[in-house]
Amino acid sequence: MELSGLLFYGISLLTLAGIYGILSLGLNLQWGFTGQFNIGIAGFFAIGAYSTAILTAAPSNSFVGGFDLPTPVGLLVAVIMSGLLSVVIGWVTMRLRTDYLAIATIGIAEIIRLLLKNEDWLTNGVRGIPAIPKPLGLDSPLAFLIGIIVVLVVVYLLMEAARKSPWGRVLRAIRENENGVMAAGKNIQRFRLEAFVVGSTVMGLAGGLYAHYFGFISPEAFEPLFATFLVWVMLIAGGSGNNKGAILGAVLIWFVWSGSELATGYLPAEWQAQAGAVRVLLVAILLQVILLTRPQGLLPEDMGAGRTSDPTPKEGRPRKVPAGE
Amino acid sequence: MSLLDIKQIHGGYGGMNILNGVDLTADRDEIVVIIGPNGAGKSTLLKAAFGMLKINDGTMTFDGEDITHLRPDQLVGKGISYVPQERNVFPSMTVLENLEMGAYLRKDDYSRQMEWIFELFPRLAERRKQQAGLMSGGERQMVAMGRALMLEPKLLLLDEPTAGLSPLFIDQTFEQVKAINKTGVGILMVEQNARQALHIADRGYVLTTGRNRITDTGANLLANEEVSEVFLGG
Amino acid sequence: MIDFLQLLVYGVVLGSILTLGAIGVSLIFGILRFAHFAHGDIMTLGAFSALAVVSLGLPVLVALPIAMAITAVIAVVIDQTIYRRLRRTAPVILLISSFGMALGLRSLIQLIFGPNNQVFAKGIQMPYRWGDIVVKPDHLLIVGGAIVLVLVVHMFLSHTKMGKAMRAMSDNVDLAAACGIPAERVVMWTWILAGCLATAAGVFLGMDAQLHPVMGWNILLPVFAATILGGIGKPYGAIAGGMVIGIAMELSTMVMPPVYKPAVAFAIMVAMLIWRPQGIFKGQA
Ligand SMILES: Nc1ncnc2c1ncn2[C@@H]1O[C@H](COP(=O)(O)OP(=O)(O)OP(=O)(O)O)[C@@H](O)[C@H]1O
Ligand SMILES: [Mg+2]
Repeated sequence: MELSGLLFYGISLLTLAGIYGILSLGLNLQWGFTGQFNIGIAGFFAIGAYSTAILTAAPSNSFVGGFDLPTPVGLLVAVIMSGLLSVVIGWVTMRLRTDYLAIATIGIAEIIRLLLKNEDWLTNGVRGIPAIPKPLGLDSPLAFLIGIIVVLVVVYLLMEAARKSPWGRVLRAIRENENGVMAAGKNIQRFRLEAFVVGSTVMGLAGGLYAHYFGFISPEAFEPLFATFLVWVMLIAGGSGNNKGAILGAVLIWFVWSGSELATGYLPAEWQAQAGAVRVLLVAILLQVILLTRPQGLLPEDMGAGRTSDPTPKEGRPRKVPAGE
Repeated sequence: MSLLDIKQIHGGYGGMNILNGVDLTADRDEIVVIIGPNGAGKSTLLKAAFGMLKINDGTMTFDGEDITHLRPDQLVGKGISYVPQERNVFPSMTVLENLEMGAYLRKDDYSRQMEWIFELFPRLAERRKQQAGLMSGGERQMVAMGRALMLEPKLLLLDEPTAGLSPLFIDQTFEQVKAINKTGVGILMVEQNARQALHIADRGYVLTTGRNRITDTGANLLANEEVSEVFLGG
Repeated sequence: MIDFLQLLVYGVVLGSILTLGAIGVSLIFGILRFAHFAHGDIMTLGAFSALAVVSLGLPVLVALPIAMAITAVIAVVIDQTIYRRLRRTAPVILLISSFGMALGLRSLIQLIFGPNNQVFAKGIQMPYRWGDIVVKPDHLLIVGGAIVLVLVVHMFLSHTKMGKAMRAMSDNVDLAAACGIPAERVVMWTWILAGCLATAAGVFLGMDAQLHPVMGWNILLPVFAATILGGIGKPYGAIAGGMVIGIAMELSTMVMPPVYKPAVAFAIMVAMLIWRPQGIFKGQA
């Protein structure tokens, strides 16, 4: 690779790390602060990406879009759509234990993926949506990277403010001791729903930025693997409950993931076709190793005892019963 | 030496200590009752004796053996059985299955023990195929006690066995507790119906804020003016 | 009408497969209190284990019990090396661990067996016909096999000491511990049972269509839907849940493209979560 190629590679690596950082911050609000188990990140990411893609892409004969609208409108709608989706999911699942949320979110993400693939009139199916413009004249890769960093920093600052606010404290209190918070007269479901919706809109925003960065999207990018699993590994590795950790984890794991792509390039030819599987297997093993050896992540949450490092051996494991039972 | 001997126990649920140095003994031939205001740590003391608490200081022995840091599943085999106040049956299982689970550790034939339990609680005999979760509170309490007796324990820990029962069932439960004790099973019982409980008690402990307040025979506690005024509601 | 009956047949076949998966998910949830996201991939593992045995020249039905043993052992090993350690911290961590396990297992299977579709037996089976309704011998085998397995599970849960201990622990862990029921042994047997049932589900799925590394993941959502419909943690409810979901999925193809079958399962599940999160059946536990 020449120098300029290397530079270009570095910029694209950082840009994607930044987008994953935004996703990871969104998940941190849901899981890290509130203990909500969203494994449908891909769904919110996709809704965001397709919303802005359909609205801002150049007009096409093969599907309803593009409407050639300004990119800020597209991004705004991306945020609104992912928010609406999360309100619906949240409304159904907030009163139940988090396993149901997990199942519901993965279900929605799968259905969205099916819709993207099969509703050609709306999404152009597997051919994907091309010609998505760059926002605000951020045409050069470097300019776009700077734009992403600005968004990342803004989201980070907002999340830090949320964490330190009374609202953030209630969320953590709910995570640690639901009954205690209920006794204090707080409406737990409302707080949970708010956290879930805000986190999901951040994911939708990340999806929108992703679409504008690549200028082209297709359903493949929204497989649960890329958009959901990697984000989870990022947050857990970086440190759930810690916003800096969320970003650090996103950057590190994205480097590992991209690096593994380079490394599998050296595999013997007959293995090349399987390179994807090798990489997934490695990251899956990495996740288990982190969970077993450093569940608090690289940068643990700064609040005394975190959720995962609080041993309660004699009392037995904490048990939450679905509210419906 | 007593069967159960608790000395200066300190412990809690991970955070602050709830028990702040409690002493207590119980023997096979007696009924021991613990009373005290809400939140005094009565249930916590029973849980401590059954290995469900983090013990930070003090010792407990059972039958001369140190049990301070044993877990519930290690204690049942040694002859302690525990009936929690709530969630004390397997609701989706029948009465018979509940009793069988009580006998889980037994390898021998326990049909005689089961017969005896059905004699003690005739209502259960009639309903042995019924799901425990669908029974009345009083019947569930019988299932819970019956289950705890299947291992022929030396000591039975009961947490408010009469809570929420109708007066008729309350009297009956105290009679049953006496009958169980007559067969050589020590009883250590927390009770809110303190006056009635002290009538059948050999000894009683008054607990406040995780400490021993007054310890005496059942009769003396009933006669004690302070106990009578403050803890028995005048 | 003919369409309807034919689809009903397919629905019962699919329902049998879902039932076997859902019983396992329900048992695991009852004992360990977490939704096991790798269950679909355990099914895939079972199917491919059977394929490995079949490739040695044995018939599928002989391969099935061998594959069950292999899968059960692997499930227990996964539990003992990973889940068991995480159980001690917080059960919710098991969700993410099992999600990672799902992807890991799938990748491993793809590495070993390749990314392509495979079949247990080549060639076409002569179907039975009743009027215009077509039933393949494999369909009868799947439904019959599921019935036998459900009966075995029922006998196990209601008549053996370990089976009753499982129900007890699922009802009330603390009380089970107070009875001296050995939690870790019960957990192990839960994985053995769930692993065997998942193997059967995977093998039947492979017989009904083809084997593919993503086959289990693709059916995970309907399996969860069946579990929730039957009442999560209630293995008997899983039978009804599996049948309802299986039949609904197949019948939906009369009005919708078949690709949306999982969406139908999901829609029923969501309706259930709104209307009655504890499952179809009333009553305690
Ligand atoms: N599982 C638990 N975790 C943390 N704290 C607990 C737990 N159970 C009880 N406590 C606390 O321990 C203290 C003593 O509770 P305990 O249940 O022993 O009281 P008690 O004397 O049995 O009262 P009651 O008459 O209401 O049953 C209370 O302050 C209570 O809030
Ligand atoms: Mg109490």
